[in-house]
Amino acid sequence: MEDADLRLDGNAAAGLLAEVFALELTTAVGTCGSCGARGEVGSLAVYAHAPGVVVRCPRCDAVLLRLVRGPGRTWLELAGVRSLELRSPEGA
Amino acid sequence: MELVPETPRATTLVLDVPGWPGHRAGQHVDVRLTAEDGYQAQRSYSIASPPGAGRIALTVERLEDGEVSPYLVGELRPGDRFELRGPVGGYFVWDGEPAPLRLVAGGSGLVPLMAMLRYRAAVGAAAPARLLVSARTLEDLLYRGELERLADDDEDLRVAVTLTRSAPDGWSGYDRRVDRAMLSEVLGPPADDGRVFVCGPTRFVETVADDLVALGYDPARVRTERFGPTGG
Repeated sequence: MEDADLRLDGNAAAGLLAEVFALELTTAVGTCGSCGARGEVGSLAVYAHAPGVVVRCPRCDAVLLRLVRGPGRTWLELAGVRSLELRSPEGA
Repeated sequence: MELVPETPRATTLVLDVPGWPGHRAGQHVDVRLTAEDGYQAQRSYSIASPPGAGRIALTVERLEDGEVSPYLVGELRPGDRFELRGPVGGYFVWDGEPAPLRLVAGGSGLVPLMAMLRYRAAVGAAAPARLLVSARTLEDLLYRGELERLADDDEDLRVAVTLTRSAPDGWSGYDRRVDRAMLSEVLGPPADDGRVFVCGPTRFVETVADDLVALGYDPARVRTERFGPTGG
């Protein structure tokens, strides 16, 4: 099996991200720190078969986010993300 | 809880979820099982029932070497309890917008798209809809009777099926893997409104998404949900 077969969408990390951020993150727009591509978190490439979750840029493959959960703690690395734009609910 | 056999390999779990906040068509839940020794396994399953249906339905395909699906499909008994997180996901959802709805499913990738079609029928949404679904055999096609009824009752819904492994005698649908010509015939020319939702195994989704872009569809209108190598 190739790595390409294991690729999922950002949507696959929705539950985990919602637990950490306490808001719906898959509709937030992220900007890649490497190539500058912008896209909703739901459209990013997710690899979830490792002990943690790795989110990569679908354009340049750079690692954007790594998230590992252990008993009693969560470790989050966001070094590859230049920015995250969170949409407020309408009227907020 | 109620179990509804769908195909030889797939079963629908109809669940009463206390405190269920309601969901949007296309969302999924994460199911977490914990063994007696504390080992946990978690998988995501799409919700098949439309918003507002009361109980929620998950259609689960049994994977022989899976950690979660054999339990859900084979071992679960009414009254059993397991951990469920959700609904989750705000990206791969359809809220009943009137613009045309185009759906492409591979195997059990039909599940979240069925929630959209059921919702569309339940609220009488104005959106014209087209579904292309790929299954190995006719027996493997999920919700077959319901899809026929939905399409018969509705001139704005077109359902096309392709069978990739074997087709019965006299089969009038497609009998090959989804390709560019098929997508073009079923979905029509690229439009500048509405969305295309593509769901299925990772390789299927990537091939279809690439073909759609090659046909002229705007990548921003194509929303994908990959299930991984084999499916949910």
